[in-house]
Amino acid sequence: MAKKLSIFIAISLVLSLCDAFNLDNPSSRRILVLLDDFAIKSSHSLFFNSLQSRGFDLDFKLADDPKNALQRYGQYLYDGLILFSPSVQRFGGSIDAAAILDFIDSGHDLILAADTSASDLIREIATECGVDYDEDQSSMVIDHTSYAVSETEGDHTLIAADDFIKSEVILGSKKIEAPVLFQGIGHSLNPANSLVLKVLSASPAAYSANPNSKLAQPPSLTGSSISLVSVLQARNNARVMISGSLSMFSNRFFRSSAQKAGSSTKHQKSGNEQFFTELSKWIFHERGHLKAVNVRHHKSGEVEEPGMYRINDDLEYSVEIFEWSGTSWEPYVANDVQVQFYMMSPYVLKTLSTDGKGLYSTAFKVPDVYGVFQFKVEYQRLGYTTLSLSKQIPVRPFRHNEYERFITAAFPYYGASFSM
Amino acid sequence: MAAIENGKKEESVLRTAFGNVLSFFILLLIGILAFSIRLFSVIKYESVIHEFDPYFNYRVTQFLTKNGIYDFWNWFDDRTWYPLGRVIGGTVYPGLTLTAGTLWWILNSLNIPLSVETVCVFTAPIFSANAAWATYLLTKEVKGTGAGLTAAALLAMVPSYISRSVAGSYDNEAVAIFALIFTFYLYIKTLNTGSLFYATLNALAYFYMVCSWGGYTFIINLIPMHALLCIVTGRYSSRLYIAYAPLVVLGTLLAALVPVVGFNAVMTSEHFASFLVFIIIHVVALVYYIKGILSPKMFKVAVTLIVSAGLAVCGAVMAVLIAMVATSPTKGWSGRSLSLLDPTYASKYIPIIASVSEHQPPTWPSYFMDINVLAFLVPAGIIACFLPLSDASSFVVLYIVTSVYFSGVMVRLMLVLAPAACIMSGIALSEAFSVFTRSIKFQLLNLLQSKKIDAGETITTDSAVTQTDAAKPAKSEGIVKERPSKKNKKKEKEPVEKATVRSRIQKKLLVLPLEASVIAILLLVLLGAFYVVHCVWAAAEAYSAPSIVLTSRTRDGLHVFDDFREAYAWLRHNTDVDDKVASWWDYGYQTTAMANRTVIVDNNTWNNTHIATVGTAMSSPEKAAWEIFNSLDVKYVLVVFGGLVGYPSDDINKFLWMVRIGGGVFPHIKEPDYLRDGQYRIDSQATPTMLNCLMYKLSYYRFVETDGQAFDRVRQTEIGRKHFKLTHFEEVFTTHHWMVRIYKLKPPKNRIRGKTKRTKSQKSSATASMKRSSRKRNPWQ
Repeated sequence: MAKKLSIFIAISLVLSLCDAFNLDNPSSRRILVLLDDFAIKSSHSLFFNSLQSRGFDLDFKLADDPKNALQRYGQYLYDGLILFSPSVQRFGGSIDAAAILDFIDSGHDLILAADTSASDLIREIATECGVDYDEDQSSMVIDHTSYAVSETEGDHTLIAADDFIKSEVILGSKKIEAPVLFQGIGHSLNPANSLVLKVLSASPAAYSANPNSKLAQPPSLTGSSISLVSVLQARNNARVMISGSLSMFSNRFFRSSAQKAGSSTKHQKSGNEQFFTELSKWIFHERGHLKAVNVRHHKSGEVEEPGMYRINDDLEYSVEIFEWSGTSWEPYVANDVQVQFYMMSPYVLKTLSTDGKGLYSTAFKVPDVYGVFQFKVEYQRLGYTTLSLSKQIPVRPFRHNEYERFITAAFPYYGASFSM
Repeated sequence: MAAIENGKKEESVLRTAFGNVLSFFILLLIGILAFSIRLFSVIKYESVIHEFDPYFNYRVTQFLTKNGIYDFWNWFDDRTWYPLGRVIGGTVYPGLTLTAGTLWWILNSLNIPLSVETVCVFTAPIFSANAAWATYLLTKEVKGTGAGLTAAALLAMVPSYISRSVAGSYDNEAVAIFALIFTFYLYIKTLNTGSLFYATLNALAYFYMVCSWGGYTFIINLIPMHALLCIVTGRYSSRLYIAYAPLVVLGTLLAALVPVVGFNAVMTSEHFASFLVFIIIHVVALVYYIKGILSPKMFKVAVTLIVSAGLAVCGAVMAVLIAMVATSPTKGWSGRSLSLLDPTYASKYIPIIASVSEHQPPTWPSYFMDINVLAFLVPAGIIACFLPLSDASSFVVLYIVTSVYFSGVMVRLMLVLAPAACIMSGIALSEAFSVFTRSIKFQLLNLLQSKKIDAGETITTDSAVTQTDAAKPAKSEGIVKERPSKKNKKKEKEPVEKATVRSRIQKKLLVLPLEASVIAILLLVLLGAFYVVHCVWAAAEAYSAPSIVLTSRTRDGLHVFDDFREAYAWLRHNTDVDDKVASWWDYGYQTTAMANRTVIVDNNTWNNTHIATVGTAMSSPEKAAWEIFNSLDVKYVLVVFGGLVGYPSDDINKFLWMVRIGGGVFPHIKEPDYLRDGQYRIDSQATPTMLNCLMYKLSYYRFVETDGQAFDRVRQTEIGRKHFKLTHFEEVFTTHHWMVRIYKLKPPKNRIRGKTKRTKSQKSSATASMKRSSRKRNPWQ
């Protein structure tokens, strides 16, 4: 009984890790938007409207409003946070960098947009999320080959970027044809950091420097190592989008036409709107969020889940995996979900077969080794939340009466003992 | 004439009856003494299981009483040695558990509702009473009732045995010593009687011993040695054959039934001596048989034939055996047995054996502490055994010689020496008493007769005293005299009678002066009194501490340190059922039994690699240790720290063994890295590796808070690194006296920080110089 209870607790723990956001009622999700001034609310209304039309409840506040608070009585008031306040030096109310990081660490999502005027506070939050803005405060990303064509020649800081991450989960199944316009500061990621992803990278010819002064020394950030928009999926599946440009989200960029230098096709509309609509869907878990339920295992031919297996038992293992579609849980279909029968190293590694309705199952033989094993599913795919299930199950050796009573090799000895 | 003879007969019958009743009551009192002297621990502390191994035995007994014998036999324990688990039914000596379980079952079916724990606590005292009685039987077989009673009384309170069998010390040795002595008794009994009945009982007693303790190999080597000795010294008889051959056959069959022994009973070198002697005794028996049916001339021819054929057969068998044994890397000997034969073996090759304090060689004072005056009486006993030398007395001589050697190798085996020393001392004391009292009696008789002639009423008081004195000698002499007559009945074929007659004449001649005898008796009584005082002191003060509860007496009174149970109770109530707790293996049994949490390693040190993994983690820096522990699904780490209260057997003192054992398997851990110029130290001179290893950090984390100086009272020094923070572990519980500290592994970071900025911008100092900042920010300075 205690064992069953503990297994139940273990499963619910795993599940609660996956379900950091409110699963049942996504339409009532509240998002706090912190702005430098309320002008942004109208100048970026297209982006906000797309969120509101998808059922989000946006709460606009000035960043230094002294009544700002993320949580009250230990409960978070919001499910997401949008920081469109690049120049804020200090947040008002009870919000500070640590509070925002705690907000992420408790499984909530964040969209952060910096600008050339990015304050140390914003930079610190970004750094804590694994994103390093160019240290030069006045630098911008400059690209002399893939800038956006406009009437005036300009200084090539308005960039038409089309180097997207290749993931349908993050950017939607529809290909973004038009380039995305970007004007702001670049950032870099630590390549060893597996949690952050470059969603939109600069072209190989880009570099980060102050456009108004002469280049005295080689720029610190160059080429496609510059990231324009990055996302972080934390270990608790909280998602964070970090961009070096606030104006990317603006109505002006959403509506303007876009033509990449050197390209003859002129798109009537830039890719910004599609890009951010799809990306915000991912950020707010409308896509790429998996859950695993009903982890079951039993001996073949039986239904009851045993508390312990014997070596060389045949068993069946099944798990149901669903993906959140924004409105409901849909069966997740893939052919690469694997289960390990694990004791310090995997003794059995099997690919689960699916019935297309979310049920994944397999059958295998317990190895001829006793010990405390685990059924482990470690499913990590680009853009999807991490599925990490483990369920402990001991495997015992034969009982004394489970061996064969008579063995052929011993017949001479039986004969000898009867001859006495 | 006939009337006088009848009267004498009646007198002797009366005397034997009186003697028997008296010795029965003496034995009863000895049993009570043996039981009650072991209750100091319950009276001074409480009725609690002691130390480490007993907790495992207690847990197993609980399982047995709850689930029955078959589940116990097949018990696969998934709560120890995570994730390997342990097949307890197949790796444990079940004798003790079955004994206590049976006791509990009997008591419960008699409607005496004792808890399992109570039964376990009192199993050891009960069996030490049994051991005292077994000693009486054994010594009686060797040298008569007087020696038997003395030996039983000595054994009932020998400190060495008390140290292993106080109430609460619920360990294998508690029943095994009884089994050992009883097996020896039955062997001697068979040897003296030549009865197949006793031979069978002997095999059964041996079976019980095999069930109880790994020390049974001592029996299966000592008895063949004795048989061989008898054969070599020309003492071969059919009684020896009956005593030896059934024991080997039945004993080996029975031993193979015990799961933990199994095929070891025929496969390992420890048992080969018995098989070799088994062959030899058959050859010798054949020779004696042929000698009986052949004429001397024919016999000489036959001898040459048999010797050559026998040698050939023996050679072939030996060659096969040697070839088989040589295929195994350790030549078929287990590590513990090898360390017995070569005392330096363990310290050279097996740190895990050498690390246990009870596997160290004993010091001289420990002999005096553990067997006290017996050490001086033993040589006298050996001499007494040679006057005259019989099969039985040659056995006890062999027993004492081998056990002295083994006790010199391992302090734990002092326990095997103790019964032998008691038997020898019992023989010595009783012989001495009988000589002295006889000479007093003999001369007193003369004195009285001469004084009667003088006729003086004045002596009456004196004679009353001497008469009461004489009562004792009369009894003991009677007993001594009684034995040879019994022996005569049994050994009719042998020319013992002549010898006894001769010895009686010798005894008459062996008369010491009266004064000397009186003084010698007084001195012997004084010696015995000294022994009793020492034993009571040892039982009360030295060997009764349960080591789970500690006390110390200072000027302000008695201090009780109940930190262990506090920590285990915390674990039991505040952690998840399936959480894994890592600690050094000493605390594994206690954690599973008292906290009911899964442990990585425990006191059953069957997997060296697993222990080395924990040792490596403890001697690694925090990050590496975290990775090792995380790979083993460890949630909590438990360390024992005595620096605050001066508890010397803490983890820092054991730490070098962790380094050695860890380094034995994982060579990147090197012992010299932890030593400064070959010295183990934790003060400011300590090496950086030492100051950065997990064990140091977990032991001394926040230690400076206590007195501001961080003075370690065990090592008598200030620690080297006082202010530091833990990055991968967090302290979750520290007991009242800081003796047990429990840490939790921090989960992996939710996010990974970027690398730039902070060092250059205004928050520079935080990560760049962790040491400096922590020192600066330390709130306790």
